[in-house]
Amino acid sequence: MGKVIVVTSGKGGVGKTTSSAALGAALAQNGDKVAVVDFDVGLRNLDLVMGAERRVVYDLVNVIQGEAKLTQALIRDKRLESLYLLPASQTRDKDNLTAEGVEKVVGALRTHFDWVICDSPAGIERGATLAMRHADIAIVVTNPEVSSVRDSDRIIGLLDSKTVKAEAGERIEKHLLLTRYDPARAERGDMLKVDDVLEILSIPLLGIIPESMDVLRASNIGSPVTLADERSAPALAYFDAVRRLKGESLPVTIPGEKRGFFGKFFGRKAA
Amino acid sequence: MTAVLTQPRPIRLKGRSYLALTLTPELPFEDWLVRLDDLAGRSAGFFLRRPVVLDVEGLEIDRAQLRDLVGKLGTRNVRIMGIEGARPSMLGADLPPAMSGGKATGDIEEPAAAAPVNESPAPTPVESAAEMPVAPLPTAGAPISLVVTQPVRSGQSIFTEGDITILGSVASGAEVIAGGSIHIYGTLRGRAMAGTLGNATARIFCRKLEAEMVAIDGFYKTAEDLEPGLRGKPAQFWLEGETFTAGSMA
Repeated sequence: MGKVIVVTSGKGGVGKTTSSAALGAALAQNGDKVAVVDFDVGLRNLDLVMGAERRVVYDLVNVIQGEAKLTQALIRDKRLESLYLLPASQTRDKDNLTAEGVEKVVGALRTHFDWVICDSPAGIERGATLAMRHADIAIVVTNPEVSSVRDSDRIIGLLDSKTVKAEAGERIEKHLLLTRYDPARAERGDMLKVDDVLEILSIPLLGIIPESMDVLRASNIGSPVTLADERSAPALAYFDAVRRLKGESLPVTIPGEKRGFFGKFFGRKAA
Repeated sequence: MTAVLTQPRPIRLKGRSYLALTLTPELPFEDWLVRLDDLAGRSAGFFLRRPVVLDVEGLEIDRAQLRDLVGKLGTRNVRIMGIEGARPSMLGADLPPAMSGGKATGDIEEPAAAAPVNESPAPTPVESAAEMPVAPLPTAGAPISLVVTQPVRSGQSIFTEGDITILGSVASGAEVIAGGSIHIYGTLRGRAMAGTLGNATARIFCRKLEAEMVAIDGFYKTAEDLEPGLRGKPAQFWLEGETFTAGSMA
């Protein structure tokens, strides 16, 4: 049985879709079988970021409504043969997502893939709650600024109450992915410090992704950043995040922060 | 056939306390009733559907006088649910039962001229005890205190009648409401309202103060009113009379 991951944030524009694509590709580069599912019905973007926009025939809503089979709707990536995309519908609205339908689709994906990554829409409405509903693991994408942090805090509250795991009395595994981190702005004090974000959200840190032109460039050519330029700073940060996700204990380095020989031995810890 | 011994489900008896209006009549009753009529006249329906307890402690009256008074109140639509401070000989099956062990909760505001009942959920700095549905301290056993081991996240609201202890932080946009005191071992960034059931002795404690709002028994302070020196530090809040007081926890 595969693991279901929800990539969520509450706030829009923080990097959910970029991270879903980058993490999905990074996992597939290790040889794992990965399905990335776009839950943003009506405002789909994941197909663009993954360079599959011209290959979409059927989508998530078609599958839920029984108009297409799951295998017909899944799009295999051209570069990585173990990476698949299940696109969202651009023409339907979110009401077409039903709780039973989502449960069936996620359940079927779970049996065929090692990882099912659900790219959540922004907000806390139907699309977002259905995307997190069946997750085993949540990746909370947060920018180092107050509104994003508060929205993430709200989402964490929902993850602890509205998911199937939470309702069964279990605890959903939660990770913080700090994105768009700008070392220069952090230096000037224009951004929240990493430790402040960790103190407020008190969930373990999965990684810090630096703000970078590489991310924008990768999106524009329709490629996950981990595929577009494997040596770029954001790609390296996503690869490290994936290693931590798979259970490796790896100290998190803050981009731009010079760490001495001893500093490397003191990993960053979060509650 | 032999009778099968069954274990019938026992009837559960539970205690519960309520806030009741207490009337303290004075002799002579005729004059007191005139004043009561005056009060009721200023606000029609003030006594309607309200539980009222009659406190006759220290009054030199007999059973007939008491029954007469209850009857006269009845004609004014004041229904007496119980009588406090009466000698057992004065009460009987034709009078409401005796009540004892009541706890004072402060004066209930007299209605001003045709004042609408204020049911705003926001804490107001006036005595709003008149609309409190629950008594602050049940007479039998203190209310259960609550311990929260998880951080209180933005958008969450926690309420308990007793004291509340939170091991983590209270996020911005979260609120904690307690009938008793509030203890927060993390950072208070959201709202904390203590003593909401009319307990003026309740306090709020936190390890680090970044609060949006703190309130005790209806008196409140928002972030702007808080002493700047306390921000980011361990702090406590309490009421001194009607003064909302903040202090460090050195």
